[in-house]
Amino acid sequence: MGPVYIDIAATIREWLASEKSLNVLILTEIRLPRALLACSVGATLGLAGAALQGLLRNPLAGPGLVGVSNCAALGAVIVLYFGFSGSVWFAVPLAGMIGAAVSVLLIFLLAGHNSSVMTLLLAGVAVNAVASSLISLALNFAPNPYAMSEMVFWLLGSISNRSFSDFYLAIPFMLTGWVMILSSGRFLNALSLGEETAQSLGFNLGWHRALLVIGVAVSVGAAVSVSGNIGFVGLVVPHLIRPFVNHEPGRLLATSALGGAILVLLADISVQLISPAQELKLGVITALVGGPFFLYLIIKTRNTLL
Amino acid sequence: MELSAQAISLQINDSIILQSLSTTINTGELVGLIGPNGAGKTSLLKILANLKQPDQGGCRLDGRSFSGISGKEFSQSIAYLEQGAPVYWPLQVRRLVELGRLPHLTPWSRLSALDNKMIEQAMQRAEVYHLKNRIVSTLSGGERLRVLLARIFATDPKIILADEPIAALDPYHQLHTMELFRQHCDNHGSAVVVMHDLNTAAKYCHRLILLDHGKIVIDGPPRDVLTPALLNQVYGIEAKVLDDDSDNLMVIPRSRSSDRVK
Repeated sequence: MGPVYIDIAATIREWLASEKSLNVLILTEIRLPRALLACSVGATLGLAGAALQGLLRNPLAGPGLVGVSNCAALGAVIVLYFGFSGSVWFAVPLAGMIGAAVSVLLIFLLAGHNSSVMTLLLAGVAVNAVASSLISLALNFAPNPYAMSEMVFWLLGSISNRSFSDFYLAIPFMLTGWVMILSSGRFLNALSLGEETAQSLGFNLGWHRALLVIGVAVSVGAAVSVSGNIGFVGLVVPHLIRPFVNHEPGRLLATSALGGAILVLLADISVQLISPAQELKLGVITALVGGPFFLYLIIKTRNTLL
Repeated sequence: MELSAQAISLQINDSIILQSLSTTINTGELVGLIGPNGAGKTSLLKILANLKQPDQGGCRLDGRSFSGISGKEFSQSIAYLEQGAPVYWPLQVRRLVELGRLPHLTPWSRLSALDNKMIEQAMQRAEVYHLKNRIVSTLSGGERLRVLLARIFATDPKIILADEPIAALDPYHQLHTMELFRQHCDNHGSAVVVMHDLNTAAKYCHRLILLDHGKIVIDGPPRDVLTPALLNQVYGIEAKVLDDDSDNLMVIPRSRSSDRVK
């Protein structure tokens, strides 16, 4: 798949024999990191969406909603704006993660550490609004058309032309976030009976909430910083999978991670097949397919949901 | 187990919710917490459930201060039923009842044979076993509440604290639910139930605590609490109390008192 046909079996044999043919290079330096990134970014988004929907007990929540995605994007945009991206290769991912961390700090400062979910959500929306207006500001005052198109393309979301170094930089943070989120499965199950009931079942509300929100920030921050904004995955994937796990928020976590990985990988493959020359951005296709599909889901389930 | 509150006071912003209130719940007792809206019933229940901290005073479980009891032990001993008993996802009944075992599980462990036995027994006690494969959101209000009680029974707590469990139920399910609470207390448990239905309270509770403006007006057997004079004083109603000397005490509210000043 892609502009160059590769005989997979033969290439893997060459690779194992440590030959440096063109096909080996394409496979290991271009396609493999790209596929790995698609899977890990997709898993992160699906997992984060499932975690936030469980935490907020709201099927419309997603990583975009609490401002993490946009703050990560803002961090990266600032780097692109000032043209630092050329000087050090990891400037963009690093700035993205710093942006995500700042968003979480801001949310906690705004909402206070023992706040209700509602305040947390409102703080997230506020942080989100500020971040997106700052992104617009950066685009508005872009120093030159080249910087502007670089920022716009990055915001659209894509994982083309990423190398193993991007993957290696992001994966430790994504894994950390995954562990933090996955360890909260039982808490999310208990939370389906309300916050006070969860507390009376022996869960420390503040601790688990912090664990989840920080887990989401760390993993989504890392994902967004290598891939840009890939919308709707975190929203749609848990929705699709929920009926198959009997709506249990705990079981939804790992399954949504898997679902997100598959969805983004498929989306990335279709992006390459549809328009290999003028590349269609991954974020565009997930939004194009995800948006209408989500509308359909809402219409279909609005009478049966809850 | 003995649960006691000692001189607890609670203030939210400038309004006083609870004022130096003390009481003790003994083993085997079904205690009805009654009083007009805003009397502080829910706040008191939340403090007893360790969901809220009082500004002054504290609670003890078997003489031990709450702060000295681990969260795990506490959640195994005291179960709390939230007001309105919310369920946010359309879960399967059996899976919901399983949540009651959470206080007993160690991290990453699975349900043991004992857990499964407790879950089955809890469902049988609450008479929801036949509903075990149903989805909670498709149940009637009475069935749903019994499922949530099964969740509490699965924890096997000593003390149940329930906030207005029967408010939205029809008479049949009200009686059924109160019978379940009574059964729990007859089996060496105890329960504090916030309620508004004075007749049901009189019928099932060993003791009633009448709250008004954050203070206990009277704490005693239903016959001592539900008197026309006290009902007038606290609820501002003229009520007729019928007492046929059997186990039935009936309160019939007739009109609002004209002299109630609030």
